[in-house]
Amino acid sequence: MNLPVRKLRKTQSGTVLFNILLFSFSLTLVFTLVANLLPQVEGEAPLEVEIDLSAMTMDSFVSLGENIFSGKGTCTLCHNNMGRAPDILQLSMVETAKQRLADERYKGVATTVEDYFRESMVDPSLYVVAGFGQKGSNDTVSPMPVANKAPILLTDIEMDAVIAFMQAKDGNDVTVSLPEGLPETVAEEQGGATAVAAVQGPAETAEQALAKFTCTACHAVAGSESMVGPELNTVGSRLDKDQIRESILNPEAVITEGFDGGMMPADFAKKMTISELDMVTEYLLKQGGQ
Amino acid sequence: MNPGLSINNNFRVVLSLLFALMLATVFSLSFSDSVYAATGTSSIEDRIRSVDTGGLTAEQFQVEPKEVGFPPFSAPKLKTKDYPKIMGVSSRSIVWVVAQMHLFFAAFVLAVPLFVLVIEWIGVKSGDERYDDMAHECMKISMTAFSITAIFGGLLAFALFILYPQFMGYMMNVFNTQVLLYALLFFAESFFLYLYYYSWYAYRWGNKKWVHLTLGLMLNVVGTTILLLANAWVTFMMAPSGVDDTGAVTGGIWEIIRGPLWNPINLHRFIANIAFGGAVIGAYAAYKFLSATDLRARAHYDWMGYTANFIAILAFLPLPFAGYWLMAEIYAYSQQMGITAMGGILAWLFIVQAVLIGTILLAGNYYLWSGMSRTQGSSRYTWMIKYIAMVLVTCFLIWVTPHTLILSASEMKLLGGSHHHLLGPLGIMPAKNIAVNLMLIFTFLSFQLYRRSDKEVTVGWAGFGNALMVSIYVVAIVNVIFAGVYYGYFTNTVYKVGSSVTQVVSTLVVIVSGVIIDTYMFKGAKTLPSEWGKVSNRAQYALFALPVAFTWLMALMGYVRSSVRTNWHVYTVMKDNSPDNYIPAIGFAGNMMTIVTVLFLICVLFIFWVASLSETKQSRPAFLTGDK
Repeated sequence: MNLPVRKLRKTQSGTVLFNILLFSFSLTLVFTLVANLLPQVEGEAPLEVEIDLSAMTMDSFVSLGENIFSGKGTCTLCHNNMGRAPDILQLSMVETAKQRLADERYKGVATTVEDYFRESMVDPSLYVVAGFGQKGSNDTVSPMPVANKAPILLTDIEMDAVIAFMQAKDGNDVTVSLPEGLPETVAEEQGGATAVAAVQGPAETAEQALAKFTCTACHAVAGSESMVGPELNTVGSRLDKDQIRESILNPEAVITEGFDGGMMPADFAKKMTISELDMVTEYLLKQGGQ
Repeated sequence: MNPGLSINNNFRVVLSLLFALMLATVFSLSFSDSVYAATGTSSIEDRIRSVDTGGLTAEQFQVEPKEVGFPPFSAPKLKTKDYPKIMGVSSRSIVWVVAQMHLFFAAFVLAVPLFVLVIEWIGVKSGDERYDDMAHECMKISMTAFSITAIFGGLLAFALFILYPQFMGYMMNVFNTQVLLYALLFFAESFFLYLYYYSWYAYRWGNKKWVHLTLGLMLNVVGTTILLLANAWVTFMMAPSGVDDTGAVTGGIWEIIRGPLWNPINLHRFIANIAFGGAVIGAYAAYKFLSATDLRARAHYDWMGYTANFIAILAFLPLPFAGYWLMAEIYAYSQQMGITAMGGILAWLFIVQAVLIGTILLAGNYYLWSGMSRTQGSSRYTWMIKYIAMVLVTCFLIWVTPHTLILSASEMKLLGGSHHHLLGPLGIMPAKNIAVNLMLIFTFLSFQLYRRSDKEVTVGWAGFGNALMVSIYVVAIVNVIFAGVYYGYFTNTVYKVGSSVTQVVSTLVVIVSGVIIDTYMFKGAKTLPSEWGKVSNRAQYALFALPVAFTWLMALMGYVRSSVRTNWHVYTVMKDNSPDNYIPAIGFAGNMMTIVTVLFLICVLFIFWVASLSETKQSRPAFLTGDK
């Protein structure tokens, strides 16, 4: 007499388990789908590369500084247009440094702009811009990490390169000396190895132009796998010629999903020759079809 | 006594003790050299040689014997080749799965005794035996989970020592005897756990019940201590303290443990574990409810499911505030780390988090609304459900609205950019803060209406009390919206961040005042008839949605917490130069989270099935009874 009851119970229990599994699995798939629909960006660790200091020119040194500024130095994490720290890319830093040196709140010993830049990287609290100090410190303590200490760990040469970039970006004279000596190991974002091999003078090929303007430091293209900026290996299937030209000359016009504005240099219109722009545009157009 | 059950229990005891012993042995062996070095009388160079360097030279360890005493080990500087490779499988993926499984079960087995003790105490105070039975049943599930926790704990220890030997060597050197204490506490945990569970009916009444409650208290003291000690390793890796720039130990063990993130993580995990444990118990009750064949069992498991859901949601409500404190401390420790979590590539994960928390709140609310059908008194409030649902869904949609949209180039051109002119403003933090706080306020409203459903107020000041409650809701809602809109869109960043505090306080005021007003207003209230078991099967699936979303959410937040260290094993002290030292894309991480969640669910369903099996008694076969 008990047999049918037991059998019914077993059947129900099995069905319940199956339904629960099906329901739970479906729900996890929804979450998985959402995660896979979002922009897929990997956070690459800095890649150490060896550079030949004896072959370094001031232009390539400035390019190296720009790479470090947005790469290993992680400066753009805060120094951008989102109000977390002064927007260095928009400010004329040499002029700003002169004003800060004259400010009575300045507590350092630097007398030149170059020394001020170096000092601000190794001891950021010597001058804290009003409104950007650590909470509760009344703008006396900077939240900025020390650039030559962990986790950033810039070398002296790398800090000099950043200084050179900050001086050069607004057309000022670069006062830091070029490094001399043996090959030096520096860290670059993946793909940034091409930065130090930057070509001087007008580029003769698209690859040379990509290297000269350090496109591969941020974009996955021409062998680089960097994910700092949008990947360009398939850009030809997404954008037409005009859109590619616009993206180079006016990068803020359209910001690709998942990336912040203000990251890409906005002065290629001044720096590139017409021939270089054409070569790069044609090269990118061929990436991924068309 | 059922002999089969006895063997089963004994087997579990032996198995668990064996794994505890194994864990203790592994940990003891790993740092025994350090102890030897600390107590030996040989020269400093000999001591350095005597310590397990994980195959590294002293130079790589940057040993600088400055003074006679414990050798000042620095963190090893590893190259990619220093990491063992096992059959080409990603070491990180192996540790990821095993660690996550261990953490899920550890969270469960540490949380259950916490609220079981409270339930048992309520049973004693109220004299209602249902509480005592339910508490015992919760512990029964926890017992099997305890064995599985130990299994995954052992696997994790082996995986870490095999795949990351130098890193583990460094950690053992830093934490030293703390690790031994941790291992020994497993014995204490096992001792109190088994004593607490198996003495349940032996110490059922009178003074013996208080002895039993004391055992439960001791079990929780030990369990919480284990949680705090393990948290110290995690927070040391995120924000090391008690070591210098090279990773050499400079402070005492207390200084190492008590890093800047230790207490925020302790609080966050403590609360989250309770919510998680409540959700899993709720799922068990739902499973039993759906499998029940008689009304009495349905009524019991309906009540159990309600109570478990109550625990889960009650613990879940303050969780965002604990998370807020944790993130504030992360920012205070390192703005760079904070921005990496909230504004860097990890920021996209918070869209997934919104989906998960939205699921939890919607499922929790749906369960409460369904549960209102148990009593006729709920008809006074059911008209409000559709409005609450509208608010919740609207807020949920705002919360998941991304700041920038995933568009093709032509779509972007048509739109004039990646920010939609209407939806764009909904994608930023102020809009999301409004949405989250409103969701919490309206979830509390659902809960309050549910609690009021089976009661009829008798106090004379009921009108005033209700008016006061409505006023508090209105003021809080207006404040949350005003603070979010005005400070979020019309002032600078400093006020934008500050306004979220005002919003959080508004939400907390509603919750706290709601509890206080209802407690006094419904004192001596007339209780309307309720019928436990009279609830839809769909509501039980809502109880399953909770642990599924909780589990996925725990995996997600664990991934964020771990990833903010970027390419460091121990932030700023020991670099991660393994092949897996990058932050994986969110899609890959999501797939990993699904794998661990499904694995966990399978294990949990196995536990439920085993728990049911222990209640099943086979009928005597016909050939033994003589029936033909």
